[in-house]
Amino acid sequence: MPDVYYLKLIFKNVFRAKLRSSLTIVGLVIAIVAFGLLQTVVDAWFAGSNAASASRLVTRNAISLVFPMPIYYRERMRAVNGVKSVTLLNWFGGVYKEPRNFFPQFAIDHENFFDLYPEFIVPPDQLIAFKRDRQGAAVGRKLADEFGWKIGDTIPIRGTIFSGTWTFTLRAIFDAKDDTTITRQMYFHWDYINEWLKQKYPRRMEQIGTFVIEVDDPSRTADIAKAIDAEFKNSLAETLTETEKSFQLGFISQMEQIIITIRIVSFVVIFIIMAVVANTMAMTARERLTEYATLKALGFGPGFVAALIFGEALMLSLIGGGLGILLTFPLAKVVGVIASAVFAVFKVSQATVLMQLACAVVVGVAAALVPSWRSARVKIVDGLRHVG
Amino acid sequence: MKVPFSYIFRNLWTRKLTTALTAGGMALVAFVFAAVLMLDAGLNRTMVGTGSADNVVFIRKGAETEIQSGVTRDQAALVESQPQVARGEDGKAMVSKESLVLISLTKTGQDKGSNIVTRGVSPMGFVLRPQVKIVEGRTFRPGSAEIVVGKSIHDEFDGVAIGQKLRFAQNEWLVVGTFDAGKSAFDSEVWGDVEQLMQAFRRTNFSSVIVKMSSVDNFEALAKGVADDIRIALEGKRERLFYEDQSRALSTFISFLGVFLSVIFSVGAMIGAAITMYSSVAMRTAEIGTLRALGFRQPSILVAFLTEALLLGLVGGLAGLLCAVFLQTITISTMNFQSFSQLAFSFLLTFKIVVQTLVFSLVMGFVGGFLPAVKAARMKIVDSLRAA
Repeated sequence: MPDVYYLKLIFKNVFRAKLRSSLTIVGLVIAIVAFGLLQTVVDAWFAGSNAASASRLVTRNAISLVFPMPIYYRERMRAVNGVKSVTLLNWFGGVYKEPRNFFPQFAIDHENFFDLYPEFIVPPDQLIAFKRDRQGAAVGRKLADEFGWKIGDTIPIRGTIFSGTWTFTLRAIFDAKDDTTITRQMYFHWDYINEWLKQKYPRRMEQIGTFVIEVDDPSRTADIAKAIDAEFKNSLAETLTETEKSFQLGFISQMEQIIITIRIVSFVVIFIIMAVVANTMAMTARERLTEYATLKALGFGPGFVAALIFGEALMLSLIGGGLGILLTFPLAKVVGVIASAVFAVFKVSQATVLMQLACAVVVGVAAALVPSWRSARVKIVDGLRHVG
Repeated sequence: MKVPFSYIFRNLWTRKLTTALTAGGMALVAFVFAAVLMLDAGLNRTMVGTGSADNVVFIRKGAETEIQSGVTRDQAALVESQPQVARGEDGKAMVSKESLVLISLTKTGQDKGSNIVTRGVSPMGFVLRPQVKIVEGRTFRPGSAEIVVGKSIHDEFDGVAIGQKLRFAQNEWLVVGTFDAGKSAFDSEVWGDVEQLMQAFRRTNFSSVIVKMSSVDNFEALAKGVADDIRIALEGKRERLFYEDQSRALSTFISFLGVFLSVIFSVGAMIGAAITMYSSVAMRTAEIGTLRALGFRQPSILVAFLTEALLLGLVGGLAGLLCAVFLQTITISTMNFQSFSQLAFSFLLTFKIVVQTLVFSLVMGFVGGFLPAVKAARMKIVDSLRAA
């Protein structure tokens, strides 16, 4: 029998029980979409570490991130062999109008911060304006779009760590160099905060949460990190230096159990739909046992019957999977907008699509296993006698 | 006349594979549904159990967590002198001035550190939290570099067994005991002497002041007294509410994930049930005709098929619950985004969740079985008898 007829037969079989097939396909679409979204949620969690550079080091207090380090460490770091430049980054933790408008704010060294972060593209005139204005702020494109901010706008931020209401003037909006770069954050002058501390809480001034270090040779990061930590061993604030990527992964590992749970759940969805499709195929094969016996009586081998069932299950799962993959993209866009405060990047990756496809194939094959084995082995006489 | 129940039951029993697949799918859905509710209930128990009704937490105005806050000794003394503060038999104010820091400990089996709350308490700290009991070793001696660790820390982290030493803040801290805080958030904390810890971390300010009120109704008066005194600049919150607020984001996240998953999964399971019931109706066309011919009326047939679907749902629900019972032995420890530190909580199965899960499974069965049952009931006697 030519292949075309073979395909045609499978296709006709799929839509013989229209209601059942459509229900199964709907189920498959939902499962594949859910799987894709959950995988994207996991990916979104790793967005920070994907955007991180391997040639930058982050130094923090060894006790934990909430402890600062004295600012004079910077000079001693610069002297460490292999260190090209050092900049400052301090978590601000403020609230814009309401807590649900969450976005990260950092106090930085305005002089060289953007030199170390070439992935943020700042228009040169805006960069100069930002550097000149003590109360100036630079925000990412995504954040600016979200709140409709324009250059020159005044942005009030209520401090939780640095109490009081702070007002910043938007001087620069930076763009992302590529897809992985996150532009949903705000930067302003560390000097401005420090000046305020000098007046109000002199004990807390001249301290910084993290140093970001650019190295000469990215292959030597491990040695340089060790050298920096050795420099401050047994001092008041011992340091912990690691690559930016590893620093970001540190956050993720603290939430590891939640991520593992989401991963497991995304596979449970597939498992459930596998049960549904397997059920459909089991019923289909049982109903058509007479038919398969007839085919066999006409001279078709058991392999043919098995291939027929496999083909049908695969076609069913691929139709459902294909529709599911197509639907994932618009839905991910919607989720990304809703959850923008939680996930700075929410994008369906190529790996996710491939995994969705693989899941669809696995579901199809698994669902066809038992029915095809049974139908292929049925004795012609029994099959013909069988009443569906 | 009603269709006998044994007929309904036997229908499910004869087609074991299909019944098992459908009920299995539903069981998984019921399991996930119950698991998410249990997780939220467990988190809730942890947070509610952490606070006492007559305790009030004072932190700096504008701060949202104890970590962000700072309370000077003067401010703490002013709070202590409020008339609503309870006094012990010796006339001492029942107030605990505490200092919180985050230290980094390594979870067993991980290589990256997790943030752990280390709380400096005075002896009064134990009096104000009657749920905290030393279960192993002894409590720390005031004025010495000794610490006690919570049960979850003891179970999940390395290097915190009695007799081991933790190194932080240029000092070695000897673990002398383990405390059980009745599954409250204190189980995820390390406690030490407040004066010792503050000295080691070169701090002059407390993080928070915990006050026991002489009566639960005194909160308004106490809060007003503190708010009216401009020297204090602190904000009081009932301890229960304070801890509930601390986990609000995590709780919202779990609920959101739960609703999302339950909706998606249940659609899959309902489709599975519908497919099964449709095929069951289709296969038994002649049988249904016979039943009708014997005098069973349309409503009886409808009820019979609906009962069959409900039974499927019930079996699935029960099986799912049975699996969920075993989840209660698992404890999840993850980062609470708000307090920026680890929080351990376990699954909690309540009577309400049992009822909710069973109702949910029955609804799944009902929705899945409704259309097929209507189809069965509306068959014409003559046509269906001829179908065989």
